[in-house]
Amino acid sequence: MRKYKEFVIEKLILLCGLASIFFVLLIFLFLLKEGISLFSTITLKRFLFGKNWYPISDPAELEILPLILGSFWVTLGAAIISIPIGVGCAIYIAEVAHPKLKEILKTGIELLAAIPSVVLGFIGMVTLVPWVKEVFNLPTGLTALSGSVMLAFMAMPTIVSIAEDALYSIPKTYKEGSLALGATHWQTIYRVLLPAASSGIVAAVMLGVGRVIGETMAVMMITGNAALLPHSILQPVRTLTATIAAEMGEAVVGSEHYFALFAIGIVLFIISFVINVTADTFLHKKK
Amino acid sequence: MMSSRTSEKIAFLFLFLATLLIVVPVGLIIVIIIQKGWPAISWEFVSDIPRQGMRAGGIFPAIVGTIYIVLGSIIFALPIGLLAAIYLSEYAKNNYLNRMIKLAIVNLAGVPSVVYGLFGLAIFVIFFKFGASILSGSLTLAIMILPIIITTSREALESVPYSFREVSYSIGASKWQTIRHIVLPNAIPGILTGTILGLGRAAGETAPILFTVAAFYLPQLPKSLFDQAMALPYHLYVISTQVPNVDEKVRYGTALVLLFLVLFMNLVAIIIRYQFRKKKKW
Amino acid sequence: MVKFSIKNLNAWFNSTQVLDSINLEIITHEILGIIGPSNSGKTTFLRMCNRLNELESFFRMTGEVELDGENSNQIDSQLLRKRVGMVFALPLPLPLSIFDNVAYGARIHGETNRKKLADIVELALTEAYLWEEVKDRLNSSAFKLSGGQQQRLCIARTLAVKPEVILFDEPCSGLDPISTAKVEDAMLKLKKNYTLVLVTNNVKQAARVADRTAFFLSGKLIELDKTEKIFTAPSHQKTDDYIRGKFG
Repeated sequence: MRKYKEFVIEKLILLCGLASIFFVLLIFLFLLKEGISLFSTITLKRFLFGKNWYPISDPAELEILPLILGSFWVTLGAAIISIPIGVGCAIYIAEVAHPKLKEILKTGIELLAAIPSVVLGFIGMVTLVPWVKEVFNLPTGLTALSGSVMLAFMAMPTIVSIAEDALYSIPKTYKEGSLALGATHWQTIYRVLLPAASSGIVAAVMLGVGRVIGETMAVMMITGNAALLPHSILQPVRTLTATIAAEMGEAVVGSEHYFALFAIGIVLFIISFVINVTADTFLHKKK
Repeated sequence: MMSSRTSEKIAFLFLFLATLLIVVPVGLIIVIIIQKGWPAISWEFVSDIPRQGMRAGGIFPAIVGTIYIVLGSIIFALPIGLLAAIYLSEYAKNNYLNRMIKLAIVNLAGVPSVVYGLFGLAIFVIFFKFGASILSGSLTLAIMILPIIITTSREALESVPYSFREVSYSIGASKWQTIRHIVLPNAIPGILTGTILGLGRAAGETAPILFTVAAFYLPQLPKSLFDQAMALPYHLYVISTQVPNVDEKVRYGTALVLLFLVLFMNLVAIIIRYQFRKKKKW
Repeated sequence: MVKFSIKNLNAWFNSTQVLDSINLEIITHEILGIIGPSNSGKTTFLRMCNRLNELESFFRMTGEVELDGENSNQIDSQLLRKRVGMVFALPLPLPLSIFDNVAYGARIHGETNRKKLADIVELALTEAYLWEEVKDRLNSSAFKLSGGQQQRLCIARTLAVKPEVILFDEPCSGLDPISTAKVEDAMLKLKKNYTLVLVTNNVKQAARVADRTAFFLSGKLIELDKTEKIFTAPSHQKTDDYIRGKFG
């Protein structure tokens, strides 16, 4: 009887162990199921590289290049801001900060990661957006730049914590060896620790960027949501994620618009898949 | 040529500045929200329904809705996540399948939240015909927080020394008895930490509930699993962008309640983890 | 009477052979000492007797380990481990109270009656010479005991499931001389009711407590004889060199 019970439990455990694989496949399948119909009316090439996103005109034009570029510019801006600051902060926490300060900073970073994106979006709306409008003398502060700044704060906790982990997991002997040769602490960090942790830091950056690309609410609230080809970072843009969030409510189930939003979901899923698999490879490289 | 000591000082100064650039804005965000949101907080604000097109009254239905959705998601995610963690820590061999599972977890953690929303819409709302409901929203969030629960629980299980398992086997305990009586009880604080972190994440997410449960305005409490519900994060989005002329106080107040809820859960998780590390018996 | 009969036993971890054609018998109610330098296969041999090796992946074996004439691989592993208890090198109390540590095995094997459990615990602790020291604080954590007390607690925990054989894997390696003496005392008294196998790095310990002593080297059984004989007139030069401390 006990053996029988244990047999059942162990099978259940195995089943749940496989659940993650099952869910990833399920997500992909359902996105595909709803999104694939779009390509009976529009070619993949036109969907990805066409310049017009007019989902409610007749006939609807469902081409996502403006959205891809919107995501691209916002992400690029956020990356430029968050990578140096994030990696710098990771080095500070891992190597320079006093142990007590280190604990406090790590907790702070964890709390930053926990702030809901809608709250960051709200704060961006009421503080950053008017500021950008004024400083750059623009008709609106809802721009790609505002989005980049806010999203940088969503990327930084990821970058800091993973890069800090990578630095921390370098064997102490590396550091001691370098210091014993008379190198200063900074020279040791720069010439020994950073190269040794490079694959972990690359992974940290990739995952941080991945978080930015997938971010939805903050970006929808502060980038202005104009689905036009962006020419400057000071213009309103609309990202892939914001498009889904903003339009799915209005899209009629089974319409081309609906299919197109799912097709955007497939694009996002594939991007995040590629980023995560690559980052994971980098993370496991050194070990 | 600068001396190496000077360049070190300059470098460390920059590192410190980078840290300040993260910490100060975060501090400011929290301070601003508390400062401007606090005047809105009153018993009426947290216990009344929204009035005058959400421009006055309270946010009670949104708080209750969030609690329902979050509890629903944990009911689904905790058992599956915990058993999956047990599988990875106690049963999985170091092989291809194990590698695939870990990769799947990493991917699940990386899927954009709005894509979860799409998925939830396609499978729970439409395919299973649950409609936009607490059930659909909870299930969607459950899958989203699964990686958090699996990863933290697995760490907690693996931190129980192998020697305890060996001792248990050497007395004639079966694998499951060993897990049940030795491994699990000693991993509970870590599992609790992961569960609370998952709760916090679920409470703050907006995109996954947009099309699966969230109601724009619903001045009553949900009565069943198949009802729509208001939710705090979505409510904040709505009154920030969709409803004109909302008093700033109300927006800040809503942001404060949401922030408090999420940060409070995270702090509890951090404290449990800290206490556990301090008290560890081995 | 023969308790364990090991026939042509070979064992590997990955491709490394750790036991090489071992043949030996363990007699009921004896203390069999096993000595040898580290990596000689002593511990692996010990863990063959309760099939603990098979928990490691990449473990492979050929040959037979018979308990009371029955191939141990045919016996249910939980039942086998109930009959063949083990005390580890370091004191390894479970993170439970003193009482629950000793009662763990009995509970695992289905005993739920409180009165019976209390009797089992008292008896086991008494047999391990620990009862007097802990009887007033059975509910305090096992980690509060001293190293020597912890090790005797581990012995009690093993005794509580009423095994036939007890395997000792360098049980005194972490203990001071006084605690060691207490553990050795306990072993000498236990052999009346149990069969004991003692793996030790401490040659003198084997000389003090073992009835017969086996010398292992590089996974091979070099020599097995009465302890007196091994320590006074070994038949192999290598045994002689080892017990004289020429290598180790």
